Amino acid sequence: MRAAVVVFPGSNCDRDMAVALKAAGADVQMVWHKDAALPDGLDLIAVPGGFSFGDYLRCGAIAAQSPICQAVVAHVNRGGYALGVCNGFQVLTETGLLPGALMRNAGLKFICKDVGLTVATSDSAFTEGYHAGDVVSFPVAHHDGSYTADAETLATLQGEDRIAFTYASNPNGSLGDIAGVLSENRRVLGMMPHPERAVDAGHGGTDGQALFGGLLGQLTNA
Amino acid sequence: MKARVHVMLKNGVLDPQGAAIQHALGSLGFSGVEAVRQGKVIELDLADGTTEATIAQMCDKLLANVVIESYKIEVL
Repeated sequence: MRAAVVVFPGSNCDRDMAVALKAAGADVQMVWHKDAALPDGLDLIAVPGGFSFGDYLRCGAIAAQSPICQAVVAHVNRGGYALGVCNGFQVLTETGLLPGALMRNAGLKFICKDVGLTVATSDSAFTEGYHAGDVVSFPVAHHDGSYTADAETLATLQGEDRIAFTYASNPNGSLGDIAGVLSENRRVLGMMPHPERAVDAGHGGTDGQALFGGLLGQLTNA
Repeated sequence: MKARVHVMLKNGVLDPQGAAIQHALGSLGFSGVEAVRQGKVIELDLADGTTEATIAQMCDKLLANVVIESYKIEVL
């Protein structure tokens, strides 16, 4: 599987993401935000966590207008896979590739801790390494992670089984305890918790391995 | 020409920062503050003749996230 990780000014989980993808067996390249094209033959683009462009205006808003994001949108529209974690999730909602928006945490505090997540569906390349109902532990580290969407969008997400992960104990006020959502074609996943920070025993847990391993298995066979 | 764009969370979208400000005003002894909403103001210096429709495009594409925010354009 060929993967690339976007690097924005202010990204800080880009190398963690690359390490997690490489550990799962992917061939990984880094791409700079000013690049107007993605590498040829790319299977997965990962949009990492961090504070792209200093979170100016709104988290992810400036990044979503960068040249590389136009290429990410084109990649997804061609049927390519994309994974956005934390700030990457915010960027993907700002591009319109995923529905809803991420708002300031209900408690107004930056939250940095391990949280329990329930795998809400195993029906995606990202979650097929789990069983629906599995409870996993991933770190969260965000100030603006409260997922919101209008009632119609929420009903669509629920009706189409597009909620990938929910919080076992809602830390940030997210609508419906939503921690991660899938696109309509199930090839784009955005999530606030960090699976790439849970892939090595040194991280304190390895629950994220199944996400990257499952993705590799799916995309390598595709 | 100048324009000022007011961006606010849509009605019905919970505003935890507004709620915190309301609480703090109460702590300071200001009674009767029934609700607080926090937004942002963006001032633009524009070429003369820029149309309100163009400013609206700026709002839709970047200045506001219309999923959760509404905006009001004030041409000065």
